[in-house]
This record gives sequence, C-alpha cells and structure tokens, in this order.
Amino acid sequence: MDGEFPLWEVFVRAKNGLAHRHVGSIHAADAKMAIDGARDVYTRRMEGVSLWVVPSAQITASDPGDAGKLFEPAADKVYRHPTFYVVPDNIKHI
Amino acid sequence: MYVQDVKQGATNDRPKPMAVEDPSRLAAFEARVAADEFIEPKDWMPEAYRKTLVRQISQHAHSEIVGMLPEGNWISRAPSLRRKAILLAKVQDEAGHGLYLYCAAETLGTSRDEMTAALLAGKAKYSTIFNYPTLTWADIGTIGWLVDGAAIMNQVPLQRTSYGPYARAMVRVCKEESFHQRQGYEAVMALAAGTAEQKAMAQDALNRWWWPSLMMFGPPDDQSPNTAQSMRWRIKRDTNDELRQKFVDVTVPQAEAIGLTIPDPDLVWNEEKGGYDFGTPDWDEFFAVVRGEGPVAMERMEARRKAWDDGAWVRDAAMAHAEKQSQRIAA
Repeated sequence: MDGEFPLWEVFVRAKNGLAHRHVGSIHAADAKMAIDGARDVYTRRMEGVSLWVVPSAQITASDPGDAGKLFEPAADKVYRHPTFYVVPDNIKHI
Repeated sequence: MYVQDVKQGATNDRPKPMAVEDPSRLAAFEARVAADEFIEPKDWMPEAYRKTLVRQISQHAHSEIVGMLPEGNWISRAPSLRRKAILLAKVQDEAGHGLYLYCAAETLGTSRDEMTAALLAGKAKYSTIFNYPTLTWADIGTIGWLVDGAAIMNQVPLQRTSYGPYARAMVRVCKEESFHQRQGYEAVMALAAGTAEQKAMAQDALNRWWWPSLMMFGPPDDQSPNTAQSMRWRIKRDTNDELRQKFVDVTVPQAEAIGLTIPDPDLVWNEEKGGYDFGTPDWDEFFAVVRGEGPVAMERMEARRKAWDDGAWVRDAAMAHAEKQSQRIAA
C-alpha cells in the first residue's frame, strides 16, 4: 500500500501535576494532524488536559531478549530498599 | 539530598517586581497556584517564578552531585562488603537524583551545560553541608541519618510543590531517600552498640554533624528574604525554622534511643509547645560556608572541575562514535 500515514505514539496528561502517559497510537500525515486525530480518538471523555505525539519510528526500544541482562541484576540488590534495614519499633520517624 | 535556597551572587538576585507582565495573566497564575494547582512547562508563568525555580532546582541538583564526594571518599574503605555495596548503591542514587533534577530544570528553558558551567565557575551554590569533611567511617552513617533525614524533611513537602516536573522528580527522590536514612541510622546504631571506641566514634561524628545539619534548613526566617514569595508560589511549603524544629523533634529521641548525646547544652523539652527548645546554630559560620569558605569547599570544586575535564575525552568520543554510526547508516 502506498502513501500510508506514518504512525505516532500518543501520550495524555490526565491533569496538571501528573506526567503524560502512553495511551496508544494513531496514523496521521503530520504532527498537527496527529494531535487532532489523537484528540478525537483518545480524549472524547475528558481523559486529559494535554497531548503529546511522537513519531513511532523515533522511539528506540530495548530488546526483549536483553531483559534478563538489563533488569535481573536489580533482583539481588535488596539493600536498595528501606525495608532491608532493621530498625527497632521504638525508633520513630525513620 | 537537598536544596537550601541560598541567595547566590549579588543581592539583586531576589525576585524582581513583576510590573512588566500582563496583570490579568499574572492574576490568573497567582489564583491557580493559590488553589494548589500544578503549573506545567507550557503554561504561562511569571519570569520571576521561572528564574527562582531554575535557581532552586539547579542548586538542588548540584547538591546531589557534589553530595557524592564526601561519601564517595569512603567507598574503598567501607568496613565490610555489605557496607560497601550499600554505600555504592547510595552514591549511585545521588547521581540519579541529580539527573532527575537537572531534567526538571531543563523544562524551564535552561540547559544542562549552562547549569554545569555555573557550578564549575563558582556562580551556582549547593548545600553548605557538603563543604564539611568526612573524617571517619562514623561520618558516613551519620550523614545518612542526619543529612538524608533533614533532606527528607525538606523534600516530602516539595512533592506538592507547584511546578509539576519538580514535584514529580521529588516523588521519585523521596521514594529512594528512605533507604538512605535507614542504612545510615543502622550503621550508627551498630557503632553505638559496639566497643567503647566505636561508640566514641559515633558520638564524635554526631558532635561534628549536628549543627551543620541544622543549618541545612537555611537561615532563620527573619533572615530569609525569599521565603514569603516562595511560599506564596508553593515553591516552598514550610519555613526554614518550622522544618528545623520538626527535624530536632524527631531526631533527638532517635539519638537518645541508642545512647548518643545531642551536642547542645540548651536542648530541653518544652511541654507547652510540644517540642524541644534548642540552641542557636553559628550563623556566622553558615554565611561563611555559603560564601565558599567551608572547610573543604575548594577541594569539592576542584574535584568537580577535574571530573569535568577528565571526562571531556569520553564525551567527545561518544559524540564522534554516534556521528560515525549515523553516517554508516546513511551510506
């Protein structure tokens, strides 16, 4: 198929104070039309106050095959969590 | 760690009058902030709000980065593998906190390089606490307990600060900070329950870090000209003296519980106010440290400049590599 619209990833900020969150994607010819399209597709019920669109091709994702070597090393570092440290019950606010 | 909001450079650094700005926009902005709404990067904001935030967030970021130095000093000499792994993880977190904060400041239109240049030129401030030396292992535990404890006290309310990206950075930071304080207290607890020599070492560290920790909350309210404006803008949620009182009230029982003595002869429980009365920090010392006269201020700045200069070839090599790769793909 020729001339397919490029794909855009859509992010919505539900309200000020919260980060934009990925909600899905949309096909559109340019950024302006992607915003318009995303507005119609993703915010018909007051889902947000702000939209971001990013060309999907611009996103570099980690390889799922690398997930082990990327994320498993965190598993044996329990000392990064506050609950690892035993503080007697009579010590407050810590 | 944490921001002190000290004035930097000349006194004309105070927020300027905002007469040049559209009064209706300004009124709308003030009303939004007063209603505890969040301001996001693309929202209109007064120039003085933007400037104050850039100063505060970049000072906060610099504090995280310089704050790695006193603790990094003990990584190779930690008394056990366990303590070493913990300290490494903590220092790594501080680097991360610096990065969250630099990114939050960049949403206000400044750049990482601009902020770094201001730090290295000595124009930007960072928390006075990091201009004190870490002389013994007990200092590392004490920093976690007191310095990170004071940081938490300051940062928890900043999770509701009016500027969205700053508030969100604080949420991440606070989540990680609790480990820092607990590992510190645990390390001090171990020393306090150890030999007489170890206990003396813990007491000595407390003696040296107590007053600088109280100074972390900044000058007394009557000498803090930016406080009123910053509180109105919800950039600050409690005054310096309020936070200092809170810190003393929660920390004194923690010291007592492990048999350590707070080095303040004026410290006494005041039943009426439901808090401790305590002595006055040496504010002359504080302002001297702010001016850059802290015991190891020169050493800290030299270390940062050296890190920047020594890292230049790595930055250059990474950019050259990226360029080469993109040429290869294009070819």
